[in-house]
Amino acid sequence: MQVILSYVIAGWSGFFVMAVELLGGRLLAPSFGSGIYVWGAIITIFMLALSLGYLAGGRWSVDRPSVRRLGGILLLAAVTVLPILMFGDAMLDWVAETIADPRGASLLAAICLFFVPTFFSGMISPYAVRLLVNDRASSGKHAGQLYFVSTFGSAAGTLLTSFYLVLILEVNQILLALMGISLLLGVAACVVRGSANASE
Amino acid sequence: MHRSRPVTWVGTWMAHWIACVATAFVGLVALQATARAESQKLIHSERSLYREVLVYETGNERCMCFTRRCRIGRQTCLDMRNPDRFIMNYPQMMMSALYLKPRPQSILIVGLGGGSMPRVLAKLLPEAAVDVVEIDPAVVSVAKKYFAFQPSAKVSVIESDGRVYVKKAIREQRHYDLVMLDAFDHEYIPEHLLTQEFLREVKALLSPDGVLAANTFSSSRLYDHESVTYASVFGEFYNLRRDNRVILATNGVLPAVSEAERNSVALQPLLEPFGVHGNRNMELFTTRRDWNDKARLLTDQYSPANLLNR
Repeated sequence: MQVILSYVIAGWSGFFVMAVELLGGRLLAPSFGSGIYVWGAIITIFMLALSLGYLAGGRWSVDRPSVRRLGGILLLAAVTVLPILMFGDAMLDWVAETIADPRGASLLAAICLFFVPTFFSGMISPYAVRLLVNDRASSGKHAGQLYFVSTFGSAAGTLLTSFYLVLILEVNQILLALMGISLLLGVAACVVRGSANASE
Repeated sequence: MHRSRPVTWVGTWMAHWIACVATAFVGLVALQATARAESQKLIHSERSLYREVLVYETGNERCMCFTRRCRIGRQTCLDMRNPDRFIMNYPQMMMSALYLKPRPQSILIVGLGGGSMPRVLAKLLPEAAVDVVEIDPAVVSVAKKYFAFQPSAKVSVIESDGRVYVKKAIREQRHYDLVMLDAFDHEYIPEHLLTQEFLREVKALLSPDGVLAANTFSSSRLYDHESVTYASVFGEFYNLRRDNRVILATNGVLPAVSEAERNSVALQPLLEPFGVHGNRNMELFTTRRDWNDKARLLTDQYSPANLLNR
């Protein structure tokens, strides 16, 4: 059960990150346009937040790792999307008025809105690797499977969001739905029996 | 097939054979397209952050395109014998905005293209201040080099995203008598320029009785959504439909057709040299709601314009 949950959470986290990234373009467009600077800023901040998240997730996995904690990270990533919904517009207006240069402004806006949830999302994969790996010999295999699940989730999140979800739902409704699914999975991981390392 | 240079009998035979096969399998339309493509000469291309800006010449016509061989629509065209004359239909339709506001003192144009509209407006209304917002610096430089566009004391170009500029202009408490939106092409619509929030911002930028002229689409599922969105902000508007669609809306009360008609007659001597067809434009004036009123509004939260435009 814990193994399955680790994979599911990693795959969902991949979906979540890319869906939020694509919607990030929508959120920034009214204030900063949808030009190449804006996408460049968004992708930069997402990559930066993910990279630091990987580092933090790997470090944290050393100390008593458990699926429950993995679920906790997922919950944090979901909850920190909430400020986007609540203060997003005010924040974007403030940045647009403060910084005139479109590059600096879209970078700062992307940091304010997306850095924290993406950082937590980045923690998921290395943490899950720790939960899945039994021994050195199979470590590459498990890591590969995890990358597969996570990146496949990202591909699905990108496609579904950009081709279908935006045609059906409003941006904020999609964000709420994403948060809802993360909450369900996070809670499931927290209540699953036994907090020990999945490999033990 | 028309060819200007002599061909050998082998060439003739080949051409004949190809023509037969092509007619049988692809059809006459494709053949005509090939003939047009052959006479098209690429005279300039320039890569930008956003796209490749291409300049083609066909006879005396020079066109700016964003796709090879102008496959998907021409952005703008210039008659090289008479550069002041609109060749394409939509810019001359856009001039109908003057029937609702004959003497605008300040004009904002979103989307430069070849600059034919600001060029003509500057000649027509020498006292008016014209601001043009263009996102792509390459389009600006090509318009200057190949389409006789020249900024001046009265005509200035701002390199910026349209919406970013509109928001900034509102913060600076600017107002325009006439706003012209011409930022769409057949390939891609900047979705943040087709939402209720954006149109509200444009309305806030208009002076009392200011006029908005928007060059948009006349077909596809998007038509209903676009119409509902414009109606939600401006109420009744004039809807001019040919191959393109031009929407004319005002900040105040929409002038009656009879008033527009009177203005069109008075302006025609001035507009005639630029290739504006007053009578034909007036025939297109209608406020009839020929769209599905139940279509969903486009907002910043819901703006899948490109997905709907199929």
